[in-house]
Amino acid sequence: MVNLSVNLAGVELKNPIIPASGTFGYGREYAELYDLDILGSFSWKGTTGEPRLGNPQPRIAEMTGGMLNAVGLQNPGIDAVVEQEVPNIAKIFHGPVIANVGGFSIDEYAENCAKLNDVEQVKILEVNISCPNVHCGGKNFGSDPRSAAEVTKAVKAVTKKPVFMKLTPNVTDIAEIARACAGAGADGLCLINTLLGMRIDLKTKRPLIANRTGGVSGPAVFPVALRMVWDVYEAVKLPIIGCGGVSSAEDAAEMMLAGASAVEVGAANLKDPYACKTIVENLPAVCERLGVTNISELTGGAHQ
Amino acid sequence: MKKSLFTLEHARQLTSDTYELVLSGDTSAVTAPGQFVNIELPGKFLRRPISICNWTAGSLLLLVKVVGEGTHDLVRCVPGTELDVLSGLGNGFDLSLAGEHPILAGGGIGIAPLYGLAQRMIEAGSPPTVALGFRTGADAFYLEEFAALGCRLLIATEDGSLGVKGFVTDSIRAVPECDYVLSCGPLPMLKAVHALPQLKGGQFSFEARMGCGFGACMGCTVPTRDGYKRVCKDGPILYKEEIVW
Repeated sequence: MVNLSVNLAGVELKNPIIPASGTFGYGREYAELYDLDILGSFSWKGTTGEPRLGNPQPRIAEMTGGMLNAVGLQNPGIDAVVEQEVPNIAKIFHGPVIANVGGFSIDEYAENCAKLNDVEQVKILEVNISCPNVHCGGKNFGSDPRSAAEVTKAVKAVTKKPVFMKLTPNVTDIAEIARACAGAGADGLCLINTLLGMRIDLKTKRPLIANRTGGVSGPAVFPVALRMVWDVYEAVKLPIIGCGGVSSAEDAAEMMLAGASAVEVGAANLKDPYACKTIVENLPAVCERLGVTNISELTGGAHQ
Repeated sequence: MKKSLFTLEHARQLTSDTYELVLSGDTSAVTAPGQFVNIELPGKFLRRPISICNWTAGSLLLLVKVVGEGTHDLVRCVPGTELDVLSGLGNGFDLSLAGEHPILAGGGIGIAPLYGLAQRMIEAGSPPTVALGFRTGADAFYLEEFAALGCRLLIATEDGSLGVKGFVTDSIRAVPECDYVLSCGPLPMLKAVHALPQLKGGQFSFEARMGCGFGACMGCTVPTRDGYKRVCKDGPILYKEEIVW
């Protein structure tokens, strides 16, 4: 028997697999397909203070080994999520929920997070300072160590829940941002968000995505994400949620060996809606192959 | 929605760029004409959303126009190829709203879902008028199949090489008693059909670049009078009164 449970800043997850924000909505669509209670947690769609309609169409492009998206944080706003989605989540999922929170100012991040204080099922806040698809948005906070620290501090001041800062890979040195967040009191880190990219439509000779650029995700980014998790694990002593291109239980194990305590699965859900379920089901066999009885033993194992 | 393996039974070329594919598999998730399937293809990260032309308990009929690499690969699959398919996606047409004088209006590859729709309307005892438009006669397909269903068929081509010279909208104007449309085709066609004053109501099938195809990623949302809707989950059929151009 392999013990799949992991601990994220004091929050117990029955296994390390977490559908990544933006690929799982608020759980409704997947709950029609399988029992979500197989999941360790799930990170809900990035939620902002005001409702957001998102970017114009087209928002999606394909590439070898992955995809680009420029959805632009379309969401109904934090109040509607608390009123309408939270009660529904309680019906379809009974584990700890990770609330992905966006913002356009330091105050807004803090306000949005404070509104979740009384939402019992939200056990972890994942603060998105890294969305590449909103202009003058979260990106700036996550690409500068000082503002990343300021957001961290502001959120920590209004909540007792563990705060995980979600980092962008679109920086010169992600470890520097990680250290800034750690210094400001972050309880953990989640990385990576999508890589900024673009495609051009040869029929129109114009960018394929209306927003011009989009966030690259999928298997092609996995080695990049893995390397960044490795770097951040060496830089800070905080639990890391590894995210980026994970498509299999083997990928999840690699992510943990690089330093992740838990693993988010994003684009893979869009290609195969059962991806997370399949990964959870395959984890015990992978652990057995690797000779571990507690999956948490994998975390950072490659650094020796 | 159901995720399952389908087997390609047969592929037939209909025009220079359009193919008919017959797949066998479990179609139990398909509940209405106008729904679509999302097909995984080797080497492609995203699935390809394809409208369902028709279906039976164990088979799926698709008409596919080659528009890029994915559809190019799909129509070249050999019989026996197994395909991973998400089936029964989207809302589909609602036949019950079509009234006494419905017209189905399709342009190009957009005629595909109208075939299964026409068959079901005939079975339900309300045979529709069907207006089909193509660029030229050489681009036309499935005319015999539609005719065999027994519905009144109006053909228009832009160059007049087949049927009347003009657009689907010209065909609809020629039957002023038709006051409810069920339509699928390129965006300019949908927009022109939508603007016809003789129509009291209608249902319009939209296409979009999709991420997931089942409502999770918000990749294909469009504004409507009732707020943003996901083409893949809340659509692909949108109603006349809610559409914003």
